[in-house]
Amino acid sequence: MPLSTQSEAGDERYVLVASLDNVRNLSNILKAITFKDHALFNATPNGLKVTVEDSKCLQANAFIQAEIFQEFTIQEDSVSFQVNLTVLLDCLTIFGGSTTPGVTTALRMCYNGYGYPLTLFLEEGGVVTVCKINTEEPEDPIDFEFCSTNVTNKVILQSDSLREAFSELDMTSEILQITMSPSQPYFRLSTFGNSGNAHYDYPKDSDMMELFQCTKTQTNRYKMSLLKPSTKALALSCKVSVRTDTRGFLSLQYLVRNDDGQICFVEYYCCPDEEVEEE
Amino acid sequence: MDCMVTGGHVKVLATAIHSLSRIGEDLYLQPQEDELALRTVNSSHSAYACFLFSPPFFQQYSSCKSPTFHCKMAIKCVQAVFRSLSSLEKMVERCRIQLNSEKSRLTFTLHCKHGLLKTHNLSIQDCESLQAVFNKESCANVLRAQPRLLVETVLHFPTSVEEVSVSVSSERVCFRNHVEEEAEQSKAVLTELSLSAKEFEQFTVGCPGRVTFCLKEMRGLLMFAESSGLPVSLHFDEPGRPVILSLTESVLEVNFVLATLSEDSHLCNHFNNSTECHQNPALLPDDFMNDDIDSYLIAMETSELASGGSGCPPTLPRKASMGQLRARASSEGEEEEEEEEEEMRRPPNEKFRSLFFGSMLPTSSQATNQTLRTQEVLASDSENEEEDSSF
Repeated sequence: MPLSTQSEAGDERYVLVASLDNVRNLSNILKAITFKDHALFNATPNGLKVTVEDSKCLQANAFIQAEIFQEFTIQEDSVSFQVNLTVLLDCLTIFGGSTTPGVTTALRMCYNGYGYPLTLFLEEGGVVTVCKINTEEPEDPIDFEFCSTNVTNKVILQSDSLREAFSELDMTSEILQITMSPSQPYFRLSTFGNSGNAHYDYPKDSDMMELFQCTKTQTNRYKMSLLKPSTKALALSCKVSVRTDTRGFLSLQYLVRNDDGQICFVEYYCCPDEEVEEE
Repeated sequence: MDCMVTGGHVKVLATAIHSLSRIGEDLYLQPQEDELALRTVNSSHSAYACFLFSPPFFQQYSSCKSPTFHCKMAIKCVQAVFRSLSSLEKMVERCRIQLNSEKSRLTFTLHCKHGLLKTHNLSIQDCESLQAVFNKESCANVLRAQPRLLVETVLHFPTSVEEVSVSVSSERVCFRNHVEEEAEQSKAVLTELSLSAKEFEQFTVGCPGRVTFCLKEMRGLLMFAESSGLPVSLHFDEPGRPVILSLTESVLEVNFVLATLSEDSHLCNHFNNSTECHQNPALLPDDFMNDDIDSYLIAMETSELASGGSGCPPTLPRKASMGQLRARASSEGEEEEEEEEEEMRRPPNEKFRSLFFGSMLPTSSQATNQTLRTQEVLASDSENEEEDSSF
């Protein structure tokens, strides 16, 4: 491991050092939340949380637990910085992001503290690239106050079934309407586009439905443009949990299995578009 | 209308929709007692496609109360119902199509694996019927082959190739990309494939020669043919007359009618030789010209009459029909001359003539004219309600 011997001497001055044998375990999950340039990184001894927001209505979080990293050393309780996510991803895939088995890019990510750039050492096949990305002033993320005690309805679906629906959604529809109900239609996705409307109904006893906990009929509309980025997470995931709270806020939690079979999470929060008149 | 499609037939229906979407923008639906017709026509009206499904195709089929009901809708909306052809076979168990004419709504309900139910409510528009009239039997040349042969032939032409020329002799057929005369021959890439008659299941050539038509629509048909594995028949005869691509099965009939290019090279040679044109002067009444009827259609009829309805013997003058008309127009110095000249100024790729003409319907009211009576309407697009009401 040429990387680990190279920079060991100076490790103490870094407030954060994280190493990965396979950079794809980080880059893939970051791709699932790439819809705006600025990403807030928050590292704690538990791992790394990356947050991206849009229009104060949508928030995406990726959680990469400390165990995913081969090395995860943090000198403080919490380290936060903001970087340009597109630039970071470009650097992480600087060797082309090859998917050839046996060929992986190793990463050592170091951060020196407030005011310092984020330093990446990337190595593939004996070639080392050092990238320094300027960090930005971290902004506080929005608190969506989505609390599990306020959850009205919750379903867990296998991602396959939802993936198909999302790939077919009528994108001429401005909104995606989600209906969750203890009675029919149980779980329904609806679009209202130029050509008419479309509904996707999932019965509660479907093989695809792993959990069905709906207490009250709820119909909420969400902006399609806001939800669209979540399809990237859906594409990576194997299961998805869909929850709505009393206010109609939507939480989508994706369980993502990485190349090494480890589990990470991606979470999307979205505000409802408008009140739907009760029928 | 209420019908149910199950199993592999869902994919057949979906492929038909995708195939039609290669041609036109609107899907014309006509549920009749004995068949469900899905049709489309391209924007320049030079290509028409029609799928006819007979009731046994469906697990359950009931047509409309009104036998003359027609409607149309944007084809891409229907395509969206069957977006992924590959997953369709695995996922969709049955598809129900219901028509609610009061609400102007067509509902597709897909019953999928794992109990997933997809419902698409599409808005429909009233329209007149779209029906091309053509006669495959009258074509002198018929080639029938397995779809694979034609798919592999077409594969050699890059997608940038818009038109293909098919020339037949008694032993061979040759596919060649059509290069416009204005284009610099030295720079153009020519691709030519010659197939032996042995490769075909049927190889009837009564009228050796060459026709040129658009590849795009043929690709659309081949997509369906390949998926269904049904042999494709090509019916054609002389340039300017349509080529008909068809597939037939017990529960399904597919016809694509494509306009062919009139041959200008022949025009030049015979422009001044108006003997042919005046062969049947009575067959070209002046009011016909005023009607802006597509000239090749007239010529098609004249040649058929000339040949006494005995098909298309090789002795028949096979010269481009448009030439005859132009020659006539210019020789008589009528006011249509301008119009005809305008046609000549058009770029060659616009010479695919319309298969439809709104002015065809009045012909029935002018039935006193013998020519008009014998005139076979290739296609009628009776959008004009006023004309329709004259029946």
